Amino acid sequence: MAEISGPVGGVALAARNRPRGTSAGAARRRRGSGARRGDGRVAWVFLAPALLGFALFYLYPTVRGAYFSFTDYDLLSPPHSVGAANYRALWHDPLYWNALRVTLQYVVINIVSQTVLALGLAWLMFRLTRSVLIRVLLLVPWLVPNVAVGLLWLWLLDANLGFVNHLITAAGGSSQGFFTTPALAMPAIAMINTWQYTGYTALLLYAGMLQIPSSLYESARLDGAGEIRTFTRITLPLMRPILALVLIVSVIGSFQIFDTISITPTHGGPVNATRAIYYYIYQLAFTQFRMGYACAVAMTLVLILGVLTFLQMRLLRASRSDLA
Amino acid sequence: MADSENTAASAPRVRRRLSPGRTLAWAVLIAALVITLFPFYWMIRTALTPAADLPTDTTALWPHHATLINFERVLGLTTTAQDLAAGGSGATLDFLVSLRNSIIYAGLIAFAQTFFCAMAGYAFARLRFRGRDLLFGVFVMALMVPPIFTLLPNFALVKSLGWIGSFEGLVAPSVLMTPFAVFFLRQFFLSIPAEVEEAAALDGAGRLTQFWRVVLPMSRGPLFTIGLITAVWAWKDYLWPLLVGPDQNTRVLTAALGIFLQQSPDAAPDWTGLMAAAVLAVIPVALLLVFFGRRLVESLNFTGIK
Repeated sequence: MAEISGPVGGVALAARNRPRGTSAGAARRRRGSGARRGDGRVAWVFLAPALLGFALFYLYPTVRGAYFSFTDYDLLSPPHSVGAANYRALWHDPLYWNALRVTLQYVVINIVSQTVLALGLAWLMFRLTRSVLIRVLLLVPWLVPNVAVGLLWLWLLDANLGFVNHLITAAGGSSQGFFTTPALAMPAIAMINTWQYTGYTALLLYAGMLQIPSSLYESARLDGAGEIRTFTRITLPLMRPILALVLIVSVIGSFQIFDTISITPTHGGPVNATRAIYYYIYQLAFTQFRMGYACAVAMTLVLILGVLTFLQMRLLRASRSDLA
Repeated sequence: MADSENTAASAPRVRRRLSPGRTLAWAVLIAALVITLFPFYWMIRTALTPAADLPTDTTALWPHHATLINFERVLGLTTTAQDLAAGGSGATLDFLVSLRNSIIYAGLIAFAQTFFCAMAGYAFARLRFRGRDLLFGVFVMALMVPPIFTLLPNFALVKSLGWIGSFEGLVAPSVLMTPFAVFFLRQFFLSIPAEVEEAAALDGAGRLTQFWRVVLPMSRGPLFTIGLITAVWAWKDYLWPLLVGPDQNTRVLTAALGIFLQQSPDAAPDWTGLMAAAVLAVIPVALLLVFFGRRLVESLNFTGIK
């Protein structure tokens, strides 16, 4: 079939198609003028696979997860209801509050540094070059699996032989145990992820910048606006919707920090300094087999992210554009 | 660098002399590129260094005694004794098996998910049926649920089905749909003109025929790109494949890397072996960039547009 190309192939396809097409058309005509109004039955054919997937692996687990959170489920024996005991327990669980605190610390460091750097990088690219090569190169860290990136930085930041410590000692400083010092561990992990995702974020923002009509920049130039003024008065306000969207998605993603933490040898340490909420849930479910309790913690994460997303949408007025 | 300068100038504006401000801006951009890429260079450099040299051969850009032994032992081409002698822990990566598993995992998900979600996205974008907006609203709500929340019960489900250690279990949660893909593809179909389909409808083509013969062939390019991005995400997946497919015959590359790391002693990690393993894991990504780099980069433009 593949050898037939060009118009011939097209004709062949059209000819083969004719009978089925006509019968569908006839059926529609039989149903009369109302046929165009609804595609009821055929729509469910289109939706069937996605609906099945949604029901089995999104809806069902959501309901089941909510149910587990009120039980003592341990993955091995059937769950027994324990009422709200899990939620009472987490209220008094210092590790839970610690997990929220270090997650927040991570999110703030990661999001602030990543957004600022990405904005700067996007602006530089926008003003200097349309080079595809540069954009491809900036995308490399994003394409590499987090585990490989984490491994690489574990090595670069190694206390004894890591390249970063070679640099620090060469500059007259003293070697740092980035992953073994509580005050440094989470910032180090945050910076690793900033390194990995800044290029990707910059490309998204750069795409947003390209959408701003160039006439606005020309009139700004005629008015004698400088580089910084143009950026703060035109670029930043006009790309607010895309910036908001990128921020919301990055914050949600940032809360889910897991891969990098899971490969550090301290497993959430030192002294719980990197036991972020995702990692805590993972440990509860799969190393302590407290599935019920893990589901309760995950429920609170759903709520927190829901509220946060709602607030961000309101604050950033994400859905409204000033360009229209 | 000269190339990119030319590309910049290919825009309608006149090529300008480099002012001090522009020179500085270029310097910053180049510094950003170096910071982005140098770690990967150091990864390769470390992988080529004999383990015994690491404490002494610290900052030279090229190892004094470059060697391939680390790759050989990671791939299991050396005997255990040779591996231990070269600073290894006796663990190997089983790279080819993991590579195969990753390709199956990412390929299956990318292909099937894109196809099924294109069907659903098309239905939401073009077809009229009762409950459409409500159903779509429910799908969008699911976007807000963090994956770990569904991951826990999904693991319980897959476990009770006896699918731990099988590809069925690995791909089950994402092979049919993700809310994001449905959402995104709906937006995509909304953005393309409906005239061609309407013409086909006038010719008597039913909805399924229109979709199969007109819409799919017409959107081949964008759908391929979406599939590519889905494949990248699946390629990077770590937690789910680690939990569901930890055994050798279903272990994907990321999981293999994680397990290889666990087998390396915490006190004195086998850095040269680990970096050799990481280099091997990055090679497929590099190939992807060589072949589809432009496509990926340009796709970020249109994913940016709502």
